[in-house]
Amino acid sequence: MGDGQAIPWEYAPAPESREVVKLRERYGLFIGGRWVSASDGETFQTIDPSTEEPLAEVARGTAADMDRAVRAARAAFRRRWGDLPGRERAKYLFRIARILQERSREFAVLESMDSGKPIRESRDVDVPLAAAHFWYYAGWADKLDYAFPGRVARPLGVAGQIIPWNFPLLMLAWKIAPAVAAGNTVVLKPASTTPLTALLFADVCQQADLPPGVVNIVPGPGDVGMALVRNPGVDKIAFTGSTEIGRRIAAGVAGSDKALTLELGGKAANIVFDDAPLDQAVEGIVNGIYFNQGEVCCAGSRLLVQESVAEALIGKLKDRLATIRVGDPLDKNTDVGAINSRAQLEKITELVAAGVAEGAELYQPACDLPDRGYFFRPTLFTNVAQSHRIAREEIFGPVLSVLTFRTPEEAVEKANNTPYGLSAGIWTDKGSRILAMVRRMKAGVVWANTFNRFDPTSPFGGYKESGYGREGGRHGLHAYVRLEDR
Amino acid sequence: MAESRIAVRKTYKLYIGGAFPRSESGRSYVVSAADGTPFANAPRASRKDLRDAVRAARAAAAPWADRTAMNRGQILYRVAELMEGRRTQFIEEVGAAEGVRAPRAGTLVDRSIDRWVWYAGWADKIAQVLGSVNPVGAPYFNFTIPEPTGVVGIVAPETSSLLGFVSRVAPALAGGNVVVVLASESRPLPAVTLTEVLGTSDVPPGVVNLLTGLRRELVPVMAAHGDVDSLDTWGVPPELQESVEIAAAEDITRILRRPARVSDARFDWTDDRAAERPEWIAAHLEMKTVWHPIGI
Repeated sequence: MGDGQAIPWEYAPAPESREVVKLRERYGLFIGGRWVSASDGETFQTIDPSTEEPLAEVARGTAADMDRAVRAARAAFRRRWGDLPGRERAKYLFRIARILQERSREFAVLESMDSGKPIRESRDVDVPLAAAHFWYYAGWADKLDYAFPGRVARPLGVAGQIIPWNFPLLMLAWKIAPAVAAGNTVVLKPASTTPLTALLFADVCQQADLPPGVVNIVPGPGDVGMALVRNPGVDKIAFTGSTEIGRRIAAGVAGSDKALTLELGGKAANIVFDDAPLDQAVEGIVNGIYFNQGEVCCAGSRLLVQESVAEALIGKLKDRLATIRVGDPLDKNTDVGAINSRAQLEKITELVAAGVAEGAELYQPACDLPDRGYFFRPTLFTNVAQSHRIAREEIFGPVLSVLTFRTPEEAVEKANNTPYGLSAGIWTDKGSRILAMVRRMKAGVVWANTFNRFDPTSPFGGYKESGYGREGGRHGLHAYVRLEDR
Repeated sequence: MAESRIAVRKTYKLYIGGAFPRSESGRSYVVSAADGTPFANAPRASRKDLRDAVRAARAAAAPWADRTAMNRGQILYRVAELMEGRRTQFIEEVGAAEGVRAPRAGTLVDRSIDRWVWYAGWADKIAQVLGSVNPVGAPYFNFTIPEPTGVVGIVAPETSSLLGFVSRVAPALAGGNVVVVLASESRPLPAVTLTEVLGTSDVPPGVVNLLTGLRRELVPVMAAHGDVDSLDTWGVPPELQESVEIAAAEDITRILRRPARVSDARFDWTDDRAAERPEWIAAHLEMKTVWHPIGI
């Protein structure tokens, strides 16, 4: 094997059935507990990125619809939700967590159809974690008095939330669960390429008998999100997405009293020392950059290898890459599914071309890609310099840039030499070195001898231009409350 | 004392990197006492002075953050000790700056010293209050620790010359940050005297940097500066607030705003419940979460 030779044996296809998902032809906006059309009647199509086939028509929200949703959320906050005893709010959240578990297959299949991510990941990561977030924050709803010593935690009011297309359901859970647990009501704008699981979630809210207006969902393009950001009826904005849009959102709330949290881009360094368990590190590196097609803000997109083991590690990585299976997201054997959109595929293609043009050495395994759909081969660049675009810009695709270092000081300097500071990885057998490196890394999440782990109890968020505020854990709850004196 | 003695007046200066320069621009502006009598010339810092101050702060940031928390607490407490020794001088200056009589000025100075002590004690406790060990659903040891954000830009309150100033600066320092502070424009002098205390205390050079000058000139530069990590906008005039936040958005600078419906002029800094807040320490902290597998 090695050198990109195709593996000599094949798996039989193991496609997951789509039968469990009952797609509607047309989806409305979910406002005040009811399905409504967009104010101007416009719709847009959401497609399956692995086939480029349309999946459904979705109502396309307008600024007027955002206003309608914010008013519904405000009414729900005033009328009932904000004052509902935490004990009762908790029960609604527990119900939602249970319904997500009960309907997990349906959510997993729909998530993979709409986003292109492999069913293995939506089934084993996205959906269970989304349910776990509701479960975790359910228990906070009636324990807010214990969360912030010496302070009373009050809800902020109406939270406007804008989420990206890479983890549509999981990001919804990260946003809605803590907000609603703390007594806020929400207006959520899912990404325009992946609205379907959010709209199916509206169905879950109805099944749970969640009071109308507590959760409102308005799909639409970016300018509809900006309408939410600027809406004077909103008390808090939470955004996950690119740093570029994060800047515009921060400027959009300027001069207002709106609270703001931002989860933005990243260019994580995954640092491998010469005493690291290399085979384990290879799995971590693969998980770090090829998980979810690399469409992960905290992806380990810069591999920093200690020079003395670089050759051995890169050899192992290339061998491992040859076994990665790219293809049908609904096939249970698929490791890397479809890129979410044509636009994203073009961006990845452009940056990879820039890597080649700037002199980095390209390696891609010789696997077959499907004829239709947006697919990209797992890619590895060696001979990468710090100045290359592929070492500086967030690619948001399955593209790994390998750099080397000699001393821990050099590793720290290279790792921190980026405007981002979301995540980092360290691989070494030496515990004291891990702790020394952890202390010096400018990153909000540091994975030592592992990568891309998430948990509802574990705060997540960035330093520097990767944004501010944390999601997850008690810290994530803080983002949705105002602390008052006891 | 012979009545013919002429007092020796003080030239007020900036405080940058542990030194006391005049503004590189050679400019100054007249500071008046509360009754309107011209009092002294204060340096009118330029954008170059501000950049120098940020550079000095950046150089001091890592060593300050790397000290043990207890050591930082001791150093901050030492400032309170030295303030106590200059209590009479501070009372005179605060009285003149704010136009209040000696008993009131005495209260403001005592509270400033006590507030410094209150925040000094937080230095080695905030990590325990804000940090956590997180029970993740897999075999990993997972913990979250607060760390300083880095260089904090502070626009100090306009009316409260010393107590307001201390109340904004001390929480940032207790969290392990270094600061570049813009003193009250109309009442800067007690803050300048405080830097003389800092200069002879154990606070390392560059940890606190003070500028005096015009807010409309310096605030936008501070907000747009790429190496200011976090911004306390308490003393930003309302008409500048929006443009300051837009400038800060460019490099995702953290912002600590004055609470909604609270006015700078009316805020009662002697109200300990309202003015001693660990949230103000937390606003300039980052939370770092670390995962490590558990196994044998």
